[in-house]
Amino acid sequence: MNFNNDRPIYIQLLEQLQVLIVSGKINSGERISSVRDLALEYKVNPNTVQKALQELENLGLIYTERTNGKFVTSDKKLIEKYKKEFAKEQVNNYFRNMNSLGFTNEEAINYLKGDK
Amino acid sequence: MNLLECKNICKDFGKKKVLKNINLIIPKGKIIGLLGKNGTGKTTLIKLINDLLVPTSGEILINGKPVGVESKKIVSYLPERTYLDKSMKVIDVIKYFEEFYDNFDSKKAKKLLKDLDLDLNSKLSKMSKGMQEKVQLVLVMSRRADLYILDEPLGGVDPATRDYILDTILSNFNEGASVIISTHLISDIERILDEVIFIDKGKIILTSDTDTLREKENSSIDEIFRRMFKC
Repeated sequence: MNFNNDRPIYIQLLEQLQVLIVSGKINSGERISSVRDLALEYKVNPNTVQKALQELENLGLIYTERTNGKFVTSDKKLIEKYKKEFAKEQVNNYFRNMNSLGFTNEEAINYLKGDK
Repeated sequence: MNLLECKNICKDFGKKKVLKNINLIIPKGKIIGLLGKNGTGKTTLIKLINDLLVPTSGEILINGKPVGVESKKIVSYLPERTYLDKSMKVIDVIKYFEEFYDNFDSKKAKKLLKDLDLDLNSKLSKMSKGMQEKVQLVLVMSRRADLYILDEPLGGVDPATRDYILDTILSNFNEGASVIISTHLISDIERILDEVIFIDKGKIILTSDTDTLREKENSSIDEIFRRMFKC
């Protein structure tokens, strides 16, 4: 993954991990790789990984089992909720971009339906 | 206790004041970028920390004790220019490190060198510059040290070699150890840094957590550096 140096790396990593969770690439209840392994995988500092995982935990998407490591929450409703939030953001981005091209929201919807 | 503490360090060479009142604290478990243009005092500071130069005034403590024989055991240093005899074979250099350093893990070094597809019987002088840099980094990172100090580890090597060097740093520093990397090639390295120290004209002009600085300035460390030091 290529990080953009203009934004905090831990936030970009957090977003990436959130996408992996809501898309089911890391399953509900599944164990997350260790800090060190994630640092190597994403080629970032272990402290950056630590910070991203802390944020994920604050969001409730993962939890720590004292000696076993970190796991994705088994609360599927919560995962679904974040998934919808992400989807909403994508839709808003779509409308924003289409608006800047001069489309009204209605025209943008029709465009998606194939009514070009 | 802090891993490294520099207290009011000044270093003069004759009339030239190369370092002016440097105060610095490096905790454990951090990767720190020492960033500055050429000729701003980075290497001088690094040599002081390695006890290769003596400060004109001030004090440098490593694990709470003044630098000296003891601190050299726990600091692993990659100098800007090699001190190795280039007529040596890689295997000889490994033996040399084994004899010199109690904490040198020769198994690890050999494994890392094998990953590079390197013949241990080849002479340093027969290798490309990039390969020589990699060999030296492997040797330095194969010591189980508390503090790694890398002076311009990326200078003069191609982007693929840079990636190899960054990966080797990330995957091989001891847990709880810290790494100081001096460089002016910021964009290549900034993603692995916890903290940055900007040094200019012998003074520290900024120290910050990397992500906090990005957030505050809304730009990359490289961009901030360029803005600050525009010629």
